Amino acid sequence: MRTLTHTLHSPAGCRNAHASHLQHPQSFHARRLNRAQRPASLQICCQAVATGTPPVKEGTSISNGAAKSKSKKISPEVATTLYRDMVLGREFEEMCAQMYYRGKMFGFVHLYSGQEAVSTGIIKAMRADDYICSTYRDHVHALSKGVPSRGIMAELFGKKTGICRGQGGSMHMFSKEHRMLGGFAFIGEGIPVGLGAAFRVKYQKDAVGDESADQVCASFFGDGTCNNGQFYECLNMASLYKLPCIFVVENNLWAIGMNHPRATGPSEGDTAPAIYKKGPAFGMPGVLVDGMDVLKVRQVAEEAVERARKGLGPTLIEAETYRFRGHSLADPDELRKKEEKAAWGARDPIPQFRKYALDEGLLTEQQIKDIDKDVQAEVEDAVQYADESPKPEKGQLLENVFADPKGFGIAANGSYRYQSPGFHSGNTAAID
Amino acid sequence: MQGRSCGLCGQTRFAEARLVAAPKTRRHVSGRNSRCITRAAASGPKLMWEALREAVDEEMEKDPTVCVMGEDVGHYGGSYKVTYDLYKKYGDLRLLDTPICENGFMGMGIGAAMTGLRPIVEGMNMGFLLLAYNQISNNAGMLHYTSGGQFKVPIVVRGPGGVGRQLGAEHSQRLESYFQSIPGVQLVACSTVANAKALLKSAIRSDNPIIFFEHVLLYNVKGETNDNYYQDLERAEVVRQGKDVTILCYSRMRYVVLQAVQELEKQGIDPEVIDLISLKPFDMHTISASVKKTRRVIIVEECMKTGGIGASLSAQINEALFDDLDHQVVRLSSQDVPTAYAYELEAATIVQPEQVVEAAQKIVQKQMAYA
Repeated sequence: MRTLTHTLHSPAGCRNAHASHLQHPQSFHARRLNRAQRPASLQICCQAVATGTPPVKEGTSISNGAAKSKSKKISPEVATTLYRDMVLGREFEEMCAQMYYRGKMFGFVHLYSGQEAVSTGIIKAMRADDYICSTYRDHVHALSKGVPSRGIMAELFGKKTGICRGQGGSMHMFSKEHRMLGGFAFIGEGIPVGLGAAFRVKYQKDAVGDESADQVCASFFGDGTCNNGQFYECLNMASLYKLPCIFVVENNLWAIGMNHPRATGPSEGDTAPAIYKKGPAFGMPGVLVDGMDVLKVRQVAEEAVERARKGLGPTLIEAETYRFRGHSLADPDELRKKEEKAAWGARDPIPQFRKYALDEGLLTEQQIKDIDKDVQAEVEDAVQYADESPKPEKGQLLENVFADPKGFGIAANGSYRYQSPGFHSGNTAAID
Repeated sequence: MQGRSCGLCGQTRFAEARLVAAPKTRRHVSGRNSRCITRAAASGPKLMWEALREAVDEEMEKDPTVCVMGEDVGHYGGSYKVTYDLYKKYGDLRLLDTPICENGFMGMGIGAAMTGLRPIVEGMNMGFLLLAYNQISNNAGMLHYTSGGQFKVPIVVRGPGGVGRQLGAEHSQRLESYFQSIPGVQLVACSTVANAKALLKSAIRSDNPIIFFEHVLLYNVKGETNDNYYQDLERAEVVRQGKDVTILCYSRMRYVVLQAVQELEKQGIDPEVIDLISLKPFDMHTISASVKKTRRVIIVEECMKTGGIGASLSAQINEALFDDLDHQVVRLSSQDVPTAYAYELEAATIVQPEQVVEAAQKIVQKQMAYA
């Protein structure tokens, strides 16, 4: 029903007009752009904060400032998983853009393209029974956690078969089965919710006495959120109660139109903001990682997960990344300089990892082609499924407002309103 | 029950309440892990805070997923002692003292509820929960729906609210109006020792998010409780049967109305008094049966007149029972002003018994004049 454009293999990884503007680096401003331009070999892979708590793991990824280049070896199976997950994220999102412009989905749709190494790197280092908590940019987190692409696409199409029956939409993806706690549309509101899941794990272990409870919860949010009170409230509580939390800041430099250094003040002694430095201030490690490199993210994630699982408490990870598209599909994206976009586009995590996997002999050209094809087929199937799925019936209207429908109260005839004949056909007169 | 001792807020009131009531509690709590708290307190009259405490204790004992979180709910025992010494029995994790961060710990409670706990989240003063409004509205209220029914949020949000005695505007909030339009939450207001315990027990067991209103001036009301009794959260209580006029009220206004009723009885007026209990949704069965009998309605509330409980209730009665009314619905609400500190101004802000008497006389006599 459509043609997939080759986003996967374009240097910028996106089909907006970013790719042809790699020149004029001298016009870049601020540290951010320098960071984007650093030669890969000099990029800080992940850096422990020198003060306060000990690093997540001494001498491996966490090395004070010194760049450790490639992380520990992975198996071909892991390489396949990581590559496929990133490609799926990208293809799914680019398909969303197409479907949005074709009028198949509406509202605010925030695409994740460019940030895949973070979702894949963190979530694929977690277990199926671990929890994640996301933001309004949540499709790809859900995919990485194993939520079927069919259900997510159908949700975006507003169909009955959507993962939330069409009642959530783009910014409210939930899956109890996959321990995906949402999909939270307002900045920062998911962070305390994720904290609650981590509290539940500790409670299960320490108050109920279930020794097997060792799940962790990763909460994702952006650089803009780190100026919100909920972030600080939760850093404090997570550290105070030693909760198994991983706070993942996806620093893509832009809170809609607000550039990160314009919104966030630097720590004492610095000239540019550094979110990861807020970890030690709250008694947890703060780790800076190249969010365009899935292996580096994965390594940091593995250490943070292990730490949380062992009951050693939370970790704050700042992943430096970039979104290749506007804030949402409704964003004209006029403020970000094309040079900046191009520089980040050149660091697209997918071609980067593909090259690595080929160079290291983890994947063959043929395997990569097969994965790409398989992903394309999955995304096309998701679209077809969503398109052909039935719309919600009116009967859904009054369902799921209350877990216990007694919450609708007692009608004039003395019975509970939900027992009225029209209730399950969505007749609102039933609750008058 | 309206003595000054229980009208003082926070530290002062607490200190005073400790003098009055704490020794009594200590009698029941014989030591760590004591199980006799409930049994000993269950017999004989008790104060409302003790009844609420029993409700929490009994439900925590029955169900290991029931827990309490909030400011000073543990070691301090709650600002109005509702969780007094329970941490000794259940430990610091089940009686979780949180930092002062309402939005943070409310969200934590919601996340814990989504993943299998039944948290009771206390607002040290209900007004503080305005800082948690986003979590209560977006997540407690709407998340069951937006998740397509996948996640439940069985949380009880409770605490002292209403207009106390000269606590100043911020500690004298009338929050019902703010919370009532949140979809997916139920609002419950307790008013007696018996219903406080039975309703709180039901609220803890409910799978819905319940916002549970306790009135700051009612914690030292005395009364009996029924053992092992759970009361429907959705059902109103008929406090006094009568034929001349239906007076709908809730929380502390129940006592203001009952004071007025004594005067009305002397004047030969026979009002029916209904305590709404459920502020959202309304029990239209009890209300309409009464309205059809008396054909006249006075709503007495502490809530704001604009956008308040009375506003919603009046609209529902007009829509559903217009033909059964002989007089327009009369609303006695608190004034749309911040609650002043000065005694006289505060008194002028909230409804007084004389206003209820006057309204009832007017509405009943007008009817008599027509007859």
